[in-house]
Formats: sequence, C-alpha cells, structure tokens
Amino acid sequence: MVAQLTRNERHIGLALAVFVSLLGLAMAAGGKQDLFGIHGLIVFAFGVGSAFLLISGFHLPEPSDERLTRYYDDPIKVGLILSMIWAVFGMFMGVWVAAQLAWPALNFDMAWTSFGRIRPVHTTGVIFGFGGNALIATSFHVMQRTSRARMPDQLSPWFVLIGYNLFCVLSVTGFPIGITQSKEYAEAEWYADLWLVVVWVTYLVLYLRTLARRQEPHIYVSNWYFLAFILVVAMLHIVNGLALPISLASAKSYTIYSGVQDAMVQWWYGHNTVAFFLTAGFLGMMYYYLPTRAGRPIYSYRLSIISFWGITFFYVWVGSHHLHYTALPHWVQTLGMTFSVMLLVPSWASAANALLTLNGAWHKVRTDATLRFMMVAAVFYGLSTFEGSFTAIRAVNSLSHYTDWTVAHVHAGALGWVALITFGSIYAAVPRLWKTGQMYSPRLVEVHFWLAVAGIFVYVFAMWNSGIIQGLMWRTYNENNALAYSFIESLVAMHPYYIARTFGGLLFLCGAVVGFYNLWKTIQLAPREQEVLRDQPAAVLARSSAVQPGE
Amino acid sequence: MSVGERDPHTGHMTTGHEWGGIKELNTPVPKPVIWFLIGTFIFSLIYWVLMPAWPLGVTYTRGLLGLDQRDEVMVRVAEGQAARADWVKAIEEGSFDSIQDDEVLMDVVRGTGSSLFGDNCAVCHGLNGQGGPGFPSLAAGSWLWGGEPEDVWETIRVGINSDHPETRMSEMLAFGRDQILDRSTILDVVAYLQSLPGSDDPQTPLDPEAVARGEETFAMQCTACHGENGQGDPAMGAPDLTDDVWIYGGDRDSLYWSIYRGRKGHMPHWEERLSPVERKILTLYVLEIAKGRD
Repeated sequence: MVAQLTRNERHIGLALAVFVSLLGLAMAAGGKQDLFGIHGLIVFAFGVGSAFLLISGFHLPEPSDERLTRYYDDPIKVGLILSMIWAVFGMFMGVWVAAQLAWPALNFDMAWTSFGRIRPVHTTGVIFGFGGNALIATSFHVMQRTSRARMPDQLSPWFVLIGYNLFCVLSVTGFPIGITQSKEYAEAEWYADLWLVVVWVTYLVLYLRTLARRQEPHIYVSNWYFLAFILVVAMLHIVNGLALPISLASAKSYTIYSGVQDAMVQWWYGHNTVAFFLTAGFLGMMYYYLPTRAGRPIYSYRLSIISFWGITFFYVWVGSHHLHYTALPHWVQTLGMTFSVMLLVPSWASAANALLTLNGAWHKVRTDATLRFMMVAAVFYGLSTFEGSFTAIRAVNSLSHYTDWTVAHVHAGALGWVALITFGSIYAAVPRLWKTGQMYSPRLVEVHFWLAVAGIFVYVFAMWNSGIIQGLMWRTYNENNALAYSFIESLVAMHPYYIARTFGGLLFLCGAVVGFYNLWKTIQLAPREQEVLRDQPAAVLARSSAVQPGE
Repeated sequence: MSVGERDPHTGHMTTGHEWGGIKELNTPVPKPVIWFLIGTFIFSLIYWVLMPAWPLGVTYTRGLLGLDQRDEVMVRVAEGQAARADWVKAIEEGSFDSIQDDEVLMDVVRGTGSSLFGDNCAVCHGLNGQGGPGFPSLAAGSWLWGGEPEDVWETIRVGINSDHPETRMSEMLAFGRDQILDRSTILDVVAYLQSLPGSDDPQTPLDPEAVARGEETFAMQCTACHGENGQGDPAMGAPDLTDDVWIYGGDRDSLYWSIYRGRKGHMPHWEERLSPVERKILTLYVLEIAKGRD
C-alpha cells in the first residue's frame, strides 16, 4: 500500500496522520469529562495507526513510472473488503434489532443495547458502512475505466476511504453510548459531520480531477449519477447538519432549525439520502456493471437522459411527503405528493433501461447468478419506486404512514435494490480486480442469491401484512363511533409478523456471510493466479482458472 | 464525429461512443413512456389547480376546492363527536346504577372501554386486567381501595401515592430494613401468613411454634392496617392477606422481602388526562372485568 505512494505523498500523508493524531489527542484531553473524550481517543488511534502504516513503508523505493500505465486499484480492493465487513456487521445489527421487537428481553436490560440506540447502528452500518464503502470503491473503479484514465494521485483515494470509515466508526461507536443528534440517518454529531465534509469535498475534487483527465470525448452515464450522488449528498449533509455545539469540548450540539422547519429540513435530507445516496449512486453502479457483465450495449441513451434529469430534478422536491397530515402547511404536502407522482416515470425508465439492456443476454441471466443479482435488483428498483410514489399520495399515506408498510417499502428498496445491485457489482468486480477470472465458488454466489431473495420475500411480505393490519386497526371504529382497538392490541397482532421478519433478515444475513467467505477465498486465490500468469501464455489463463476454483 | 453501428440483436444503431467496452444504443424513447410521463404531469397540474399548492410570497394558491387540512380535520372531529353525542350524554348524566342496568349503554361501555383500557391501563394491569408482579389484578375481585363504583372512580381520579393533591396514600413500613423486626421474627410472621387460607405455598411444612410466634407479632405490628384477621382495610388500601391474591407474590421469599423492605405502590392520577365520561366508562369497564371472573 505505502509502496505505491510517491515520496511526496508519503510526506503529506504522514503530516496528515500526525495532524489527525494531535487533533484526537486534543479532543481526548479537552473532552475528558464528556463522552467526547472517548471519540478523541478513537480519532487518535486512527491517526497513530495511519502514521505507523506510513512509517513502516516510508523508506521503500519510489514506485516506478510504469504504474502510470495501469489503473490504481488498491483502494478499490480495500474498499470492497470493508464494504463486505460492514455488510455483515450492519445486517447482524439489523437482525438483532428485529429480534428485539419480537422478543424485547433481547436488549438484556442494558441502556447500551436498547432498541433506540442500536437501531441507528444498524441503519448507519448498512447505509453508510456497507453502501457507502461500496459506492466509493465502485465509483473509483467505474470512473477510471469509463474515462480510461488513472486517478490523478495515490494519496487522495486513501484519504477518502480511510477518512470515510473514520466517520462511520465515530457514528456507530457513538450511538450506543448516547452520542446522537437524534436526526434520522444523520445521527452523527457535529465534529463527525465536519470531518465528513472534509472527506467528501476531497472525494468530489478527486472525482472531477479524474474526469478531467479522461481519454473519452463523452462522459458515461454512470459518471453522471456518481457525480450527482457526490454533489447532492454534500449539499444535503451540510444544510441538514448545521448545528451549534454547546462547547468545543463537548459532543452535544443543537440544530439551528426548530419546529416544523426542522422537520422539513430533516426529511428533505432524509428522502434525498434515499434519492442520491441509495438511488443515484447505485444507478451509477448498475449502469456500469450490468452492461459489462451482460456484454450488451445500454438499451437507450435517450432513456438514460430522461431518467437522469427526471430523477435529479424531481427527487429534491419530494421530502415533504414524509410529513403528510402534520403541522407542515398543506401546500408543501401537495408539492411533495405531486412531485413524487411525477418521479415515477423517470424511475421506471431507469429500471426499464436496465432490463431491456438484457435483451439478447437472458440466457446469461439464467446461468449467471451475478447477472441475476443485478436483474432482480432492477426489478425491485421498479417495484419500490412505484410503491414510493403510491404511498406518497396523501390518501394512501393516511393508511401506510407510521406503520410497518413503510418498513416493508424501505427494505424492498434497501435489500431488493441497493444490496442486490451491490452484491452483483461486487461479484462482477472482484474477479476483475484480483485477476482471478471468476469467483472462488460460483455455486456459493448462487447460494447467496437464493438466500438473499428468499430473505427479502419473507421480510417484505411479513411487513406488508403487518403494516396494513396495523394501519387498519388504528383507523377502525366500532358501532358506537369510538376506536375499536387499543394500540396494544395492534402490537399483539403484529407479533407473528415480527418473528417472520427476523427470520427473513436472518436469511439475508446468512447470504452476506456466504458472500464474505466467497470474497475471502477468491482473494486467497489471487497470488496463485499471478504465478500462473508468469508461468503460462496468457491464452491458457482463462481456461485454467475455470477448472481450478476448488484448490 | 463518432460513427454509430447497428446492433445485430435489436437492429438499433449505437451512439458510436464507447467506454471501456460499453456501448449505447440510440433507441428512441418508447411512446408509452412519453404518454405516461405526460399523464403524471397532467395529474399534477389538475391537482395544483384544485388544492393548496404553490407559495406566493407570504401566501399560497388556495386551490379551487378551497380545502385546507386543518378545516377538514376540525369537521371530521366535530362529526365524530356528533355521532357519539347520544351515548356520551347518557353516560355523563346517568348514575352508575342506572348505567349498569341499561344493557345498551353497557354495550357501549364494553366496546369503548376495551380500547380506553388498552391505551391507558393495560401497560401495568395487563391487557385483560390480569395484573402482574407488582401490579394488582383487576380481574381478581380483591380490591385494595374498595370495589364499589364510587371507590374505583375515586382511585382512577386521584391515583395512589400520585402527585394529585387529593391522592390516595398508603405505605407499608420497611420492618426489616428499619430494624423494627429482626430476621427470625419476620420469618415467623411469614410462617403465620402461610398458615392463613389462600396461601400460595402450601407444600412447605410449617413449624407450628413459628406460626404461633408469628401470630403474636402479627397481632402487635400488623393488625392496625391489615385488620385483626388479616382481612385488610379498604379505607387505608391495606390488602387482604387471607385470599389467594398477592400483588407482590405469596411465596416465602416474596413475603419476606415485602415485610423486610416494605411496599409503596404507585398509580398515576387520570383526572387531567381523561375526561369524566372516559373515567366513568373505565370505572364500569373495570368492574365488568372483575365480574367476568365470577
């Protein structure tokens, strides 16, 4: 890793690492009366760890200029591994949280492990840990390949990747001990938020610099989406994160918004995190890995344009559909609802473009689980975007809101679309990055696929049922025109579905564990394959790797 | 500049661009997509014309239908109240006895009482009023503060050891912790309690001498509240010790710790949270639960 950095980059890197260590030390010292101090120690450990890593390779010879003729893949590899580690961690937390709803005693009577504290650990672990690392890694892969240009330097991708993971670690370690802004999907406190701004701007600059070096006259669709993802997430994060810390030595801060404005800014952020983090970025992924895996051209460039501009324009308006029938003015709700409806066609255009790209490659979908991951992801993308527009309609929302229907919708999107496209992309990218020709075990990819799909179906159907039952019970009046059910009776009715949901999540988690094992074994295969490369004519390689996975 | 080529499978031309092996077809946007898109635009336009929609400085377009969510909800609330007005009035004005004799009104009590009870009382007393460790059963018919409608009504109104100025107050002394009784004396009292009818723990062979000593201590220390025979006193909220209902458990250990540490239960008051009609319904509903047992 360090061997690939130039002398100059090693100097800058070391300076940065020392600076971060000192910052951590200052935080730990200043906040020793506060939970802030614990995070200071974590920052310090990150800084010192990075510094040691750099010093260990500090006197290695400079990398030769020959490296400039190749793509820079090392941070991508690390990013994909981190992504799978976060996947297993985040999904485990998810199963635990789900199990607590069915069997509340599983919080073991501790504040740290109570539902309200570990649920954000689950959401942050899967969205930002798993999803974010996968997005960063694949975007590095895609931007270099579709620009036919190497990243401009070796240091900034590492800074982005490690810095981003520091943010994730600060998040998930903070929530159980009580550090939180209490804003959904933006729970991290002010200092972690500030750090993420630095990391994210570096990411944007790195992306733009690579694009500026491109050897293609046009910018490929994936890059439109990745850029929209980086740019809009920066905007959302900064505006929603505006807060005043009570002291520079305290973890606690207060948002600058109040009342319904706070709710509106929060859901403008919240829904656009779904839009630009969980949709735009992953569409960028899909637009690259699906056609390359299928070996087919994109079905329609024109459809890509309609869906891209439709999604980027309409999505930023729709956040208010999370606040139907609240203190939010009626007209704001109307706009949120109508823009959600208009968003449907551009979303479906993306899903259709993906599925129609598979025309001429459906036989591959049948035999190749990797491509099937991406195909099913596109189907779930279409399904959950329809559901999203549908439940954004006020009348529908009056039944669905605050119920498990929303949970079903989110997980149809997060498991069915986001996780499946990510697993598909990882299975497509890993053999190319580690030059193994294929995964260690295509059979295990198949196993993962069926575990994942089965898990999603159990989960989503359980929550659809539970949500609709719940919604109906809450609004049922008896013959005396009084409410027929108490809230606690609706809880009793949901219990069996909560058990089913836990089981579905467990299946999905098992799939991720299988995927992680497969990734691990594939990586172990890699050096051996490189020996083969040296020893044999290149033409033999493709065939020999296909018969060797069992070794 | 870039030259497209024809894709043999679909027959469409490519755009002529290529990125690391990916090409794109220049397929025209399918007609249904355009129509569907226009359809959603038209829907939105109509909706904007009819409903409150666009901001105009300090005001907004009101929409032709003139609807407003706040007005709508007020209307719905008023409609709901009107639909309930008859029986609300009847319950408000009726005495407990007259309502209990009116089967139609009692149906209302059972129907609305169950959701009122579920939302307000079930968290402690259980969904069916069965109680739990530390929380009295309402189904057992063993009333701490009396089982007449007026008693139950008052308990709901002011609570027990609550912050209501007129709250019912009751506390059992910590006989062990405050060193009023020593360990062996407490164990004698426990033995005596277990010899009473309705004890939870009949298998334990009781030492008759311990029971006799316990009875003596009981007569000196406990009868002031629990009554001479341990039958309790609703005026002070002292539980009956001769029935088979135990709030904190009737086994040896539970009895020991109740005497050692004392007890002070808490029930919130509902005068501010629930309307008189709702409390009246709950009173009657709770009595119905108790009646169901017999």
